[in-house]
Amino acid sequence: MSTGADGGSDGDTGQLPSFPTQGGRPPDDRGAWVTGPPAAPPAAPASGLASGQASGLAAAEAAEPGGFPPLAAWVVVRLVAGRELAIRLRSKVFVITTAAFLVLLVGASVVISLLGGHESAKSVGFIAAESVLADPLEAVAGGLGVDVATREVPDEATGLREVSDGDLDVLVTAAPSGLRVTVKEELSEDLRGVLAVLARQQVLDNEISVLGGDPARVNETVAAAGLDVAELDPVPDDQDERLFLGLASAFLIYMGLMLFGPAVSQGVVEEKSSRVVELLLSTVRPWTLMAGKVLGIGLVALIQMVVIAGGGLIAALTTGALELPSSEATGTVIWSVAWYVIGFFLYALPFAAVGAMVSRQEDLGGISSPIVLALIVPWVVGVSILPGDPDNGLVEILSLVPLFSPLLMPMRIALGVAPLWQLVLSVLLALALIGLLIRITGRIYHNAVLRTGARVAFKEAVRRA
Amino acid sequence: MANRRLEIDGVRKRYGEVTALDGMTFDVRAGELFGFVGSNGAGKTTTMRIVLGVLAADAGEVRWAGRPVDLAVRRRIGYMPEERGLYPKMKVRDQIVYLARLHGMPAGAARRSAEAWLERLGVAARRDDEVQNLSLGNQQRVQLAAALVHDPEVLVLDEPFSGLDPVAVDVMSQVLRERSAAGVPVVFSSHQLELVERLCDRVGIVASGRMVACGTVDELRRAGTEQIVVEVPGAPTGWALDLPGITVRHTEGDRTTVDLAPGADDQDLLRRALAAGPVREFRRRRPTLAELFRSVTTVPAVAGGSAAVPPALGHVVPGAGAAGPGDVPSPAGRSGPAGLTAPAGLASSGNDVRAADEETAV
Repeated sequence: MSTGADGGSDGDTGQLPSFPTQGGRPPDDRGAWVTGPPAAPPAAPASGLASGQASGLAAAEAAEPGGFPPLAAWVVVRLVAGRELAIRLRSKVFVITTAAFLVLLVGASVVISLLGGHESAKSVGFIAAESVLADPLEAVAGGLGVDVATREVPDEATGLREVSDGDLDVLVTAAPSGLRVTVKEELSEDLRGVLAVLARQQVLDNEISVLGGDPARVNETVAAAGLDVAELDPVPDDQDERLFLGLASAFLIYMGLMLFGPAVSQGVVEEKSSRVVELLLSTVRPWTLMAGKVLGIGLVALIQMVVIAGGGLIAALTTGALELPSSEATGTVIWSVAWYVIGFFLYALPFAAVGAMVSRQEDLGGISSPIVLALIVPWVVGVSILPGDPDNGLVEILSLVPLFSPLLMPMRIALGVAPLWQLVLSVLLALALIGLLIRITGRIYHNAVLRTGARVAFKEAVRRA
Repeated sequence: MANRRLEIDGVRKRYGEVTALDGMTFDVRAGELFGFVGSNGAGKTTTMRIVLGVLAADAGEVRWAGRPVDLAVRRRIGYMPEERGLYPKMKVRDQIVYLARLHGMPAGAARRSAEAWLERLGVAARRDDEVQNLSLGNQQRVQLAAALVHDPEVLVLDEPFSGLDPVAVDVMSQVLRERSAAGVPVVFSSHQLELVERLCDRVGIVASGRMVACGTVDELRRAGTEQIVVEVPGAPTGWALDLPGITVRHTEGDRTTVDLAPGADDQDLLRRALAAGPVREFRRRRPTLAELFRSVTTVPAVAGGSAAVPPALGHVVPGAGAAGPGDVPSPAGRSGPAGLTAPAGLASSGNDVRAADEETAV
């Protein structure tokens, strides 16, 4: 209190005429008084203010709280989720990580298609004298699945020069013992096999002719004799691609959960540390706030995953990096997205609960480490066991266990080793745990989110309010 | 209209061994500005948090218009928490619109109201800035906009004036008056007692989780000990010491301030003063709110609590007899008016009235 102001009212208790002697006052008096104070000229009431007064009075007459329609819980959840969505989709982190993942996947597809799948045909040259060998060579190479292109070279010297220049991969000429093969560095295994067969066949043809037989008929008979292979435990086609798809799916799920799970707890702590949670909870119920946050961040995570996985899938199929039937690849990707959503809820709910239990971002690391660990273990188990042993019994069992299933199941689905009943069972178990988690984490959040200061003990947080 | 009261009725709250609220009872009527004062830890913030439902009371009830306050009612309350709370990285306008919508306002109305209040509170130019980039004072204005944007039926503001510059204090005062003039009960806590005295229709003083004094400022001051200021140049020290019913509060230069017990004869004092020397000044005064506040809040709560209110006020200065002419004056211009001391030995507790309120940290 300033001494000056006090001096005025010091001597006389009656010097505050504006203060009524009785608590209540008729509205008329009040109106007169309100315009009285000489403080500052009242600012022109803004339009919102004017309407506010009007509706306030209207509400007063109705004696009914609330000038707006009642707010349904799902509307609150939608508002909260909408805020998360709006803020996070615009954030630099989201844009950059999404773009980075997309570039990574598309780039990988392009690189794989350049390196793998399309080895260009080997060019094999013959001098004119031996060009009769060209057709048998192509026939043998076709039988062995080796891609060759034959062509004639004018003479041996030209052929040798072309080989040393790299224009020609192989130059084949006749030699007393069979065939003479010239290459620049070394003869590739598959071509060596083709040429060896060709050389033997030339010799055989000669011998057959000498013995009076018909080489063409013999060759036909030989070609008809094949192997009848019985695979007791067949490896599906395109095993490497399946493995790649499985690992990529699991990796994206792992990264997504690692990014967005902690984002949930950070979001909760942000509201706690900035104290805005008190303002929020004076008007909405705790569970709607938590649900909105988890759903909002979950939607952001899903959007990112769909963009990345969709983009990656399209890139892989169009570049030919994946030669799997596109229906199979798409099925795997859709399952992965589904498991991502399930996994998000399994992890985001505990993340939200631990976020509510601390008041500062710094305290988050310690308290969320068990959840992070639960995320790392299945990832490590999956990538270290499944590539070498897709049918591993331990992984098969673990992949049914909620918290492990979101990372292990997509890998097994991609590898084609997950029977339908296991899929159904693992999903049901995961959903059951989610139901349980909603109850427990909701209670923890409710009990802990308004408590600031020291970390809230788990036992205290989880007890029934 | 008469029924539009916010009633806090016998609210109790304990934190383990600590009793934060011990039967807090008061009401705020429609169109009334109610000042809520009390020292740190007295229970103001706890009370407000219970009203807003962010804290559950152990016992007692909060009613609005005769009905227990539930979520639907709370949606119609404007609240400014003691710990300012806004999303640091959210833009000012987005934030206010979001909060308005959480209070049930339709999108269009929320936007219009947010714009209007930001304009009114002088932060419209910052509407697209993140809150964390605003000065503390501007953050405070945004916080008030957040409390007002949904056109609340009740306003509960915890320390709305702390940290505001004088212009902002004027704006805030004016807005609160306007709201109360529109029939909104406004309750706010503050340590700026002269402001409370100037602004409020009624004041409640809280100590140890109970309302120890509640009424208009006049009522409270009248109930306080009457004092007389006497200026007698050249009077011998201790000239007024031994009069019955008169307690010397302090002496500063030639001016002596004494407490006048009920029924004591001020004419005796005048005669004694005339005998001591020429009397230049002889006037009655009532304690200011700040003095009342100190005398009430520094005394251990009396059994019976809020029932013992106004009568207790006149007698709550134990050990005042020990105060003598040598008393140290309280720091002028802070919370005490010139020339008055708090009871000896208790002055220090009165001096930190405006220190940051840390009450009821959980």
